[in-house]
Amino acid sequence: MNIIVILKQTFDTEEKIVIENGEIVNDNAELIINPYDEFAVEEAVKLKEKHGGDITVITIGTSEAESALRTSLAIGADNAVLIEKDEDLELDENGIAKVLAAVIKERDFDIILGGNMSIDNGASQVGPRLAEELQIPHAATITRLEIDGGSVRVERDVEGDVEIIESTLPILVTAQQGLNEPRYPSLPGIMKAKKKPLQTLDIEELELRFEELQSKSRIINCYLPKKKESGRILSGEIQAQAAELVQLLRAEIKVG
Amino acid sequence: MTKVLVLAEVKNGKLRNVSFEVLTVAAQIANGGEIAACVFGCDAEKYGPELGKYGAQKVYVLENEELNHYTPDGYKQALLTIIEEMQPDVVLTGHTSIGKDIFPLAAARLNAAVISDAIQVEVGGSIVFTRPIYSGKAYQKKEVTEGLVMATIRPNNIDAVENQASGETIKLLTEIKDLRTVVREVVQKASGKVDLSEAKVIISGGRGVKGAEGFKTLQALADVLGGAVGASRGACDAEYCDYSLQIGQTGKVVTPDLYIACGISGAIQHLAGMSSSKVIVAINKDPEANIFHIADYGIVGDLFEVVPLLTEEFKKLIAENQAVTN
Repeated sequence: MNIIVILKQTFDTEEKIVIENGEIVNDNAELIINPYDEFAVEEAVKLKEKHGGDITVITIGTSEAESALRTSLAIGADNAVLIEKDEDLELDENGIAKVLAAVIKERDFDIILGGNMSIDNGASQVGPRLAEELQIPHAATITRLEIDGGSVRVERDVEGDVEIIESTLPILVTAQQGLNEPRYPSLPGIMKAKKKPLQTLDIEELELRFEELQSKSRIINCYLPKKKESGRILSGEIQAQAAELVQLLRAEIKVG
Repeated sequence: MTKVLVLAEVKNGKLRNVSFEVLTVAAQIANGGEIAACVFGCDAEKYGPELGKYGAQKVYVLENEELNHYTPDGYKQALLTIIEEMQPDVVLTGHTSIGKDIFPLAAARLNAAVISDAIQVEVGGSIVFTRPIYSGKAYQKKEVTEGLVMATIRPNNIDAVENQASGETIKLLTEIKDLRTVVREVVQKASGKVDLSEAKVIISGGRGVKGAEGFKTLQALADVLGGAVGASRGACDAEYCDYSLQIGQTGKVVTPDLYIACGISGAIQHLAGMSSSKVIVAINKDPEANIFHIADYGIVGDLFEVVPLLTEEFKKLIAENQAVTN
């Protein structure tokens, strides 16, 4: 089975966001694989363990993103592709999906896995867009995946309900929390990953016209939310505190 | 004159409130221009009047049994048919399970940008959308610079305003075919419960809840207030509850009117998912817990003592209110 995983490198969830001149400052932030993409990598390794095959992880980013690919190789992916992007090149979700499609079209694949969203931009667009660019079906926010021959059965989280979907390969699926428990890279895995193939491609050398990549949206600026002032800690007997709280909330929300 | 199309959503036989919120945004953007809604499924026509009440002058209806349940292929064909017919300048829907799936898909076909998860819209020379990034640790203002404007609007952020319009139904026919994914079954785990993303009140539990049994204490309070129960990652990892309840940077982002955090320490990842709630109450044994820094009101105490007391006090309050109304 030929398995492709698309992933993104993001700030560690512990990181605080710093903004200068309306832009997010990237310096010194701890970088990780987007947590939802980690589920995708783990699921790919599980698929390979069960069905055999070959896993290719693909990302778009600067040379910094290589570490995310190496981690995926250490977890069990076989090949990695870094589509290198100049820091100044603005790609919106439309452009990202087109670049990924241009690279993936040239390869054999049965299934593409990714996270259902990135925790930084949080748009949830790239998965469905890529499926459409490649003209394959997709299922988003999956929590279970079974493949039997060419048939696919997934469970997907739909706002708390579970939808059971059937489809066929090739397909693109996006991972939701609960799909699996990502493993940590093992020491032998990390050693092996250093020797696994990592190909670097230059966006400008892909067969894409400039107009196709040009962003159709623009970020005007970024800013931090207003700092919330600390509130009131109630005091007294617990029973009295509960009664007081309910009175306080009565004024602020409609209850009953 | 701006022409705005809204994809309305039906859940369990009712229009979702987010569809009215999105119509309210549509009125702001249309600024006197045309506002239309579209709705799909066998009995779609019956939703026309209610969509009219919130400002839809026209309601495009595609009645087809293949559209009774959401599939990406079915909805894509349906939405593209309506867009082709109406030729809107702006297309909006809720940032829901359906909205965030179908908009990028249709946009890929139309070569259009989508602004996802907008919480605010300003209309001037262009349409400027505000959206949270890093799950609300920061915000971004964004606009579409070329072509059709598509955007998904976060539920529960903009008040739906009634704005009576004709709601004239326009029935379209199109063949819905070649569905490559089939819905075999829907297991309604969340049925009968209030959806987290649309809940006005959320009672949320962390590791301090200690187990699945403890969540029943929270559910009892949520039931009294007509709210939903949520959880921190810690509680989900400890298997006290399902991951679908997780609130935070790797879970759901919520903005209810009232958020009561019970036994939650307040890790930065959790705060990212709930700190925009209008009123935050923290209940925790540890007076040093980080959650108190962002809470409007705090009670330092055992949640198993405090929560049942709150449940009783709210019951009393509601009974009093009812007595007054009667």
